[in-house]
Amino acid sequence: MTTLAEPTVATMTLDGEEVTFTPGETIYEVSERHQKEIPTLCYDPRLEPFGGCRLCVVELEGARAPVASCTTRVTEGMVVRTRTPAVDSYRKVLLELVASENRELDVDPLRGYASQELMTLVDRYDARSGRFAGRQSGQSRDDDDNPFILRDYDLCISCYRCVRVCAEQEGDYAISIKNRGFDTQITTEFSGLLKGSACTFCGQCIQTCPTGALADRKAMRAVDQPGKIEKTRTICPYCGVGCSVDLLTKNEKIVGIHPAMDGPANEGALCVKGQFAFDFVHHPDRLATPYVRGEDGQLHEASWDEALGRAADGFRKVVDEHGRHAVYGVASGRAPTEAAYTMQKFIRVGFGTNQIDNCSRA
Amino acid sequence: MSNPLADMDKPDVIFCIGTNMTECHPVAATALKRALARGAKMIVADPRRIGLADLADVYLPIRVGSDAALLLAMAHVIQRDGLTHPEFIASRTTDSEAFLEHVKDFPPEWAETITEVPAADIERAARIYGEADKGAIYYTLGITEHICGVDNVQSLCNLALMTGNIGREGTGINPMRGQNNIQGAGDGGALPNNYPGFQPVTDPANQEKFKKAWGREVDLENGMTKVRALELCGDRIRAMIINGENTLLSDPDRKHCEHALKSLDLLVVIDIFMTDTAELADVVFPATAFGETDGVCSNTERRVQRLRAAVPPAGEAKPDWWIISQIARRLGVPGFEYESAKEVFNELCSLSPIYAGLDWDRIEHGEYQWPVPHKDHPGTPILHQGEFKNGRGIFKLIKYRDPAETISEEFPVWLTTGRRLASYHTRTQTGRSAGIDYLLSEESLEVHPDDVREWGLVEGGVCQLTSPRGSVEIKVKATNRSPRGTVFASFSFSDVPINALTGSGYDPETDTAELKVCIVKIEPCERVISPRNSS
Ligand code: SF4
Ligand code: SF4
Ligand code: FES
Repeated sequence: MTTLAEPTVATMTLDGEEVTFTPGETIYEVSERHQKEIPTLCYDPRLEPFGGCRLCVVELEGARAPVASCTTRVTEGMVVRTRTPAVDSYRKVLLELVASENRELDVDPLRGYASQELMTLVDRYDARSGRFAGRQSGQSRDDDDNPFILRDYDLCISCYRCVRVCAEQEGDYAISIKNRGFDTQITTEFSGLLKGSACTFCGQCIQTCPTGALADRKAMRAVDQPGKIEKTRTICPYCGVGCSVDLLTKNEKIVGIHPAMDGPANEGALCVKGQFAFDFVHHPDRLATPYVRGEDGQLHEASWDEALGRAADGFRKVVDEHGRHAVYGVASGRAPTEAAYTMQKFIRVGFGTNQIDNCSRA
Repeated sequence: MSNPLADMDKPDVIFCIGTNMTECHPVAATALKRALARGAKMIVADPRRIGLADLADVYLPIRVGSDAALLLAMAHVIQRDGLTHPEFIASRTTDSEAFLEHVKDFPPEWAETITEVPAADIERAARIYGEADKGAIYYTLGITEHICGVDNVQSLCNLALMTGNIGREGTGINPMRGQNNIQGAGDGGALPNNYPGFQPVTDPANQEKFKKAWGREVDLENGMTKVRALELCGDRIRAMIINGENTLLSDPDRKHCEHALKSLDLLVVIDIFMTDTAELADVVFPATAFGETDGVCSNTERRVQRLRAAVPPAGEAKPDWWIISQIARRLGVPGFEYESAKEVFNELCSLSPIYAGLDWDRIEHGEYQWPVPHKDHPGTPILHQGEFKNGRGIFKLIKYRDPAETISEEFPVWLTTGRRLASYHTRTQTGRSAGIDYLLSEESLEVHPDDVREWGLVEGGVCQLTSPRGSVEIKVKATNRSPRGTVFASFSFSDVPINALTGSGYDPETDTAELKVCIVKIEPCERVISPRNSS
C-alpha cells in the first residue's frame, strides 16, 4: 500500500547514468557516493558547504557556467557531467593559480591530517607548471611560540576551513578572516597570539587545513626521523567521551595523533588533551621494572619473579594472620576493562569476598 | 548517560548542572554549542561562572551544595503551573501523587534563601525546562560529589519523570563520566555490590552462576566501599592492591589517606609512573600505557570500544590483566591462564547479560552501546525507551540537607574543587606531555576580585588556605568566575595538594566523598612562589 507520506524516488543523470538522490543532497554528495572523485579544497564534510575555491565545479545542463557541486543541491531531472575537457582544464588552471601563491607544495604529512590535499590535487591535475608568477598571500606568524600550532600562513590558500571548523564545530570563534584577496590573513580577534584568544588548542584547524599552513608542531618534531609513519586506531586515554584517535608512530614511538573522522563518539573532534598530551607514554619517568621495598625501607628495582613472589607471600601472610576479608582490591577507571575484570575476579575467586571497588567514588 | 553523545545537538532545552563541560568533556560541549547555534535554550546551574554560563539563557549561580533545594523548587513550579506530562506520569511512573504533593512545600522563595539565587530566575528556569518538548539534563561530579549526591541525582530523575523527558531522542538524564574507563571498571565488576554486568552479589542465583563459572563460592554480603576500606586500613584491612590510581592526590583528606596506606601490612601498586601512592607501596608493578595496550573500554554513553597497542611497552612493563593474573597464579588461584586481553574480555561477555551479544571481534568498530543482550541485538543507544529496567519510574521524596560542614566564623569561605581543561586528574600524564605547561604550569586559587581586596590578598601573591583538616599555600588569581565568598582550585598539582583540605563527609548511600564542598579560611602569606620552569 502506498501512502501519501511515502517519498517518491527522485532521480538525476550523473555522467550519463540515472541515479537516485535524497532531497537536500548536493551534487557533490551524490557524486561522492558514486565514486566520482570531484576535487575539492574548501570542502570538509563536517562543515556547512562554503563554495569558496570553485575547484569542485561540474557542468550542469541548462546552466550558463559550471556550478560548484559542493553548494548546489540536486533537483529532480538534473543532468550533470563531473568530468569534461572544459571542466578539467578549468580545474587545472585554478590549481596552477592556487599553487603559485604558496612557498612550497610538498609538505610533510606530519603537518596534519589533511595537509596533503593540495599537493595531491596539484599532481593529479599536473598543475606544477609555474606558469603564473604568483604573489604570495598570507603572512606566517613566526612570533606565535605556542608549542602546538604552527601558523605558517605563507602556505595559506584562504579556504577558510580553519575558521569554519573553529566556529561551526567547536563554537569557539577564536580565529577570523582579515582583508580579502592577496591580503587575506587568518587571525585572532586582536591579531595577537592564539594563547591570548578564545583558542582552546583543540587542533581542529590543523587537521582540516589542506596545505599544511596550520601544522602540528609536536608531530613535526619527528619530521627528520627516518622511517615510515604508521597509523593505529585507538581511544583517547583521558575523559569519558571516548574519542577515537589514530596514533601516528614512527620507529616504534608515538609521534602524533590524528582525530578519527569516523570515530563513533567524536566524528573527528578532539580536545587539547586527546590531540596533544600523548608523549607521557615515552617519558623517562615511566616505570620500566618492578620495584620492591628493601630492608633499608627504600624501593629497589626488582625482577618480575622476585616482585611477584613478594606480593604473593604478602597476601598469603595477611590471609593467614587476619583472614580473607583483610585483603582489598581497587581497580582503575583508567585501565582497560580487562584490568577491572581480572582484579575483581582475583579478589572474588582468590579470597571469596567482595572487597573490591574502583576509583569512581573520588 | 541515558542518551548517546550523538543526541547532544538535538534537545530544545539543555539543563547543565554541576558540569564544567567545556573544560572537562570538551568534545561533548561542542555538540551542545551546535544545539545552541540551532536555537536550543540552555539553563546552567553552577556555583562558578564557568564557560557554559556565558552561553546560557538562564544562569543560576547556586551556593555550593544547594542543588537539591534548586531542583525541589523547579519541581514546585512545574507542578504549580501545570507543566507536567500527565500521560507519561500515568503510564510510566509510580508514587507521583505523594511527590506532586510534597513539592508544594518548596516554592522558589524558599529556595532563594538556600541557593542564594533570585526566585524569579528559578521560576524562569523551571518553566523553560517544563515547557520543553525535548529537554535533556547533563551533570557530572558537581552533582554527585556531595554528602547528598544520591538525593541530587534522584531530584534530577524526578524532574525528568514529571515532564516525560526520558526515553526519547534529545532527552534524558546524562551523567558525563570523568575517566576514560570508569564505566568499564563498573561493567567489569569492580564494585563491592555487583558481579560483572551489575549483577547483585546478594542474589543467591548470581552466587550460584558465578560459582559455576569460577569454581568458588563468593560471600553473599556486599563488600565494603573503598572509602570504608581506607578508614579501616591497619585494622580490618591489612593488604591492598591498587591499580592505576593516584589515591593520595585524588582522594579526599590526604593526611588520613597517607596514614591509612602506611599502616597496611602489604600495599601492592600497579601503575605506569612512580606516583605519590606508589612511593608508599611494598611492591610496585610497571603497567603498559595508552598506545601499548590491547583492550576494551566503555565510554560515558556505554559505547564499548577497542584500545590498540601501537608501540612496544616501556621497559619490562606488562598489561594490568597479565600482572594481576600472575599474582593470582602464584597464589594458586584457578582460572587465570589467560594469554590475551581478548580471552579476558570474551570471558566477561559470557558472564555479563549486558555484554551477552558482544565479543572481542564484534566490537572492532565500536558501534555497540550496551546493553546488548544477544547476538542479533543492535545495542541500546537510548535507555528507558518504552520501559524502565525495573518497570516503572519511581518518584522519590527528597528533602534539602546542608553540606557536612557549613561556613562559620573560623572558616568563613566555601572552597569547591574540580578539573581544568589542559590538565587531567592528578597530571601524571598531562604533566609529562610536552607543551601542556605552556597552557597550565601551576595551580592557583580562583578568588572574586572584590574578595581579593577585602581579604588583603594580592593577585599573583600567595595565600594560606586552611580547612579543618589541613593547610596549603597557593597562588591567588582574581577572577569573576568565582562568586563572592567561594573560591576554587583543582587537585591536579602535587605541590598544591588540595585534597589535604577536602573530605568533610560522604554520601551515606554511596560513600562518595563531598569533594565539591569544603570550608576554609584564607590568609595572605609573605612567601613568593617562583614560577616553575616549563619543560
Ligand atoms: S590556514 Fe589552512 S585551513 Fe586556514 S584558510 Fe589557510 S589554507 Fe585554509
Ligand atoms: S579528546 Fe578530549 S574530549 Fe575526547 S576523550 Fe580525549 S579528553 Fe575527552
Ligand atoms: S570545494 Fe566546492 S567550492 Fe571549494
